[in-house]
Amino acid sequence: MPTNILMPALSPTMTEGTLAKWLKNEGDSVESGDVIAEIETDKATMEVEAVDEGTIGKIVIAEGTENVAVNEIIAVLLEEGESADDIGDVSKDAPVSTPKADSADSEPDVKPQSDASAEQHDGKEIENRDILYAQGVVIEPPPFDEASFTETKEMTVRVALRDAMAEEMRRDDTVYLMGEEVAEYNGAYKVSEGLLDEFGAKRIIDTPITEHGFAGMAVGSAMNGLKPIVEFMTWNFGMQAIDHVLNSAGKTLYMAGGQLGCSMVFRGPNGAASRVGAQHSQCYASWYAHVPGLKVVAPWSGADAKGLMKAAIRDPNPVVFLENEMLYGATHEVPTDEDFVIPLGRAKIERSGSDVTIVAFSIMVGKALEAAAKLAEEGIDAEVINLRTIRPLDRYTILESVKKTNRIVTCEEGWAFSGIGAEIAALIGEHAFDYLDAPLARVTAADVPLPYAANLEALALPQAEHIVKAAKKVCYAD
Amino acid sequence: MAKSNTSKKSNDKGVKKPNVKSGSNSKADPSVEDLQKLYRDMLLIRRFEEKAGQLYGMGLIGGFCHLYIGQEAVVTGISSVQEPQDTVVTSYRDHAHMLACDMDPKGIMAELTGREGGYSRGKGGSMHMFSKEKGFFGGHGIVGASTAIGTGLGFAHKYKGDNGVAVAYMGDGASNQGQVAECYNMAALWDLPVLFVIENNQYGMGTSVKRSSAGTLYRRGEGYGIPGEQVDGMDVFSVQDAARQALDYIRTGNGPYILEVLTYRYRGHSMSDPAKYRSKDEVKTMKDDRDPITAIKDMLQGKGVEEAEIKEIDKEIKAIIAEAAEFAQESPEPHEDELWTDVLVEV
Repeated sequence: MPTNILMPALSPTMTEGTLAKWLKNEGDSVESGDVIAEIETDKATMEVEAVDEGTIGKIVIAEGTENVAVNEIIAVLLEEGESADDIGDVSKDAPVSTPKADSADSEPDVKPQSDASAEQHDGKEIENRDILYAQGVVIEPPPFDEASFTETKEMTVRVALRDAMAEEMRRDDTVYLMGEEVAEYNGAYKVSEGLLDEFGAKRIIDTPITEHGFAGMAVGSAMNGLKPIVEFMTWNFGMQAIDHVLNSAGKTLYMAGGQLGCSMVFRGPNGAASRVGAQHSQCYASWYAHVPGLKVVAPWSGADAKGLMKAAIRDPNPVVFLENEMLYGATHEVPTDEDFVIPLGRAKIERSGSDVTIVAFSIMVGKALEAAAKLAEEGIDAEVINLRTIRPLDRYTILESVKKTNRIVTCEEGWAFSGIGAEIAALIGEHAFDYLDAPLARVTAADVPLPYAANLEALALPQAEHIVKAAKKVCYAD
Repeated sequence: MAKSNTSKKSNDKGVKKPNVKSGSNSKADPSVEDLQKLYRDMLLIRRFEEKAGQLYGMGLIGGFCHLYIGQEAVVTGISSVQEPQDTVVTSYRDHAHMLACDMDPKGIMAELTGREGGYSRGKGGSMHMFSKEKGFFGGHGIVGASTAIGTGLGFAHKYKGDNGVAVAYMGDGASNQGQVAECYNMAALWDLPVLFVIENNQYGMGTSVKRSSAGTLYRRGEGYGIPGEQVDGMDVFSVQDAARQALDYIRTGNGPYILEVLTYRYRGHSMSDPAKYRSKDEVKTMKDDRDPITAIKDMLQGKGVEEAEIKEIDKEIKAIIAEAAEFAQESPEPHEDELWTDVLVEV
C-alpha cells in the first residue's frame, strides 16, 4: 500500500499553510529523516522530514500552493515493488479527517464583520479626564472620526502590529523593542518580523529568558528618557515581571508627585491559544485593569491593533497591551494613514442594535459579532461594543447603549470572578439600574484551569453560541 | 545593543581588578579641604537621620523609616567621585543617597513628614522620592527592584551615548534576589555602564549575612565576567578609591562592576526594630572603633585643624538640619485635590 504524506500541523494554532518548496522530486528515493519539503506556517518556515522510507510516487500539492489544510495529502510514497499505478485517487478533494475541526478555535463559517455604518459617539475633549475617571465620573470618550480614514489595505493583525511599531520607531529614536526572540528569530509569533533588519541590534533587542530582570530594566530606561516596548512572549510569562509592571512602572508617577513617570508599552499575546494547557492560557485583563497608574488595551481587529498600538507607544504612561495569538493571522482592512491613532479610553460600536447590548474585547468581539448575526436571524437586534481599552473603560458608551437596549451581556475569555464583566455589572448597577429590563448576563470561561483535551477546552472557553444563549435569556426569548 | 559576537571578551575580562591609578583624593594624602568636605557631607547625613529619628518618635513621621546612621562613608565616598551625568538608584534606606545627590534637605524632610513641600508633595514618603534634575531615580520599596531599574538607567546611558554611569545600590539582603542575577547577566552581556554597589551592613532586617547568603557577595559576578571587589565601608577613602577605579573602568566601556562595601548600621532595620539579633557590644565596638565621621575628625585634628574650626562645621550642619525640620513641620499637608493628581500623565 502506498503511504500518504499529509500536510503536518507545525504549531498549536496552525490550521493551514503554504507548501513553499519541494526538496524531492517524483521518483526520488527518501529515507526516514530526509527533509522533503518546506512549509510556511503561521509563524515560520519549517522543514518537513520523511517518516517512512520509499520513493516519491506522486506529488499531489505543487510547491507554491497556499492555504493547504492540515492533514491534506501532499504526496504519496511508494514502498519497494510498488509503482505509480498503485496510487489511487488522491485528488485534492479526497476526504481527510481534521481533528482540529472540533477544537475550540475552529474558524466560523462566516467571518465576523463589523458594521461600518454603526453610529459612533462624537466624543468630547475634556480637561482633567484622568482625574474625573479616577473619581468615577462617567465622561464622554475622547473624540475620534474613524470614518474619515478611508484609505485602507488588507493585512493581518500581526502585520498591523509590526507596522505600528515600525512607524513609531521611525518617528521617535527613543522607542526600542526588547524581549525574548524579538530580533534574530523575528519574533516567536513573527510580530516583529523584519524590524531587526530595519532598525538594527541597538533598537531591536533579544533578551535572555529573564522577564523580571528585563522588565525592570526597561522601566529604568524609561525613567531615564527612553520609550521601551517590552514584549512578553506571552502574558503568562509576564507574571514573572508583574512586580515591575505594577510597582515600578505603574506607581512611580504618583509616588514622585508627577515629576517622573514611565512612558512605555508592555505587550504580548494574552488569553488562550489552542491546546497549550492551563499555564499558557490565561486572560490577564482584570489583573492589570485593577491597577491605577496603568492603561490596559486589548485590540480585536487589524485596525484596532494598528491604531491602538500607535496610541500606546505615544502615550506618556505605562500601557499594558493584551494581544491574542488566535487573532494574529486574521486579516482586516486597516487604515494606512500614519496618523491613524485610536484614542485610548474610547470603545467602538461594531454593530448598532436596539434589543440587547453585547460588550466584548479582544477575541470575544469576533464571537459577539458572530452571535449577533445568529441573533438577527431570530429577530433579535444586538448592539456589539468592542471595548478596545479596558482601562480607562469607556463607561459612557456602555451606559448609553444599555439605556437604549435595556439589556446587556458581557463577554470575556477570562474567568467570571472579579473579571471585567463583574466590573461592568457594578457599573450598570451603579449608573443604569433603573434602565434594566432583565438581569445582566456574563459569558466567561468556565471556572477551572484551562484543560488540554480538545473537547474539554472547547467546553471551558466561551463561544458564540454561549453569547446567543445569554442574549436570548436576557431578552426572555429562550 | 545586543552584541553580534556573544563569545565576547568575558573570559579574558575575568574577574581581575582594574589597574587604574588613584586620583588626587587618594588615601595617601587628603588635603584639609577634602577632609572638611567629607566631614561636612557625612555629618549632614548623620544629623539628618538623627533628626528624622527624633521626628519619628514625635509622631511627625509615619510608616517605615530606615536610617543610614553608621553607613555614611559608603554613599559619601562613591558620590564624591561620580560625574554630573551619572544616575543613582537605591532601595528604601534612601535619605542619605538623596543628600549625597545634592537634593534639598528641606524637601526630603518634608516628604518624610508627608507635607506639600516634600519632593513628592507628600505622596511618596520615606521610601519613594525622586529628582530627575539631580539624577536620583528613587527610593524603591521592593527589595531588589533598584538593581533592575539601575541596569535600565545604565542601558539608557549607553543608548543615548551620554557617557553616564548608573550607580545601583542594593543591600546584602537584596543581593540574593533572583532579579539581581538576571541583571548581572544582562549588564555583562551588553557591557552596560552600571556600578552595582552592595551595601553589606551585615543584616537583612534581622537575618545576618551568614544565615542568609552563600559564598561571597562581591564574587557573585564572576560567572558573568563582572569584576568585583570588597572594600571597607567604614573608611571613606577606601570607598572613594575603589569607586573611582570602578567608575573609570565602567566609563571606558568595559561593562559593569560590583563593589561590595562592608558597613554597619548603628540603628535597627527600621525605627520599629529593637535589633535583638545582635549584641550591644557588637554595636558599641563599631561605634567606638570604626566610626567613619570620628575618623575624619581625628584626621582633621591631626592636620592641625583647631577644634573651634570643626565646631563651626558642626554648627553650620546643625543649622541646615534645624531649618529642614522646621520646614518639614511648617509645610502644610498636601491639598485634598492632590489625592487625584499624578495617577496618569494627562494626554
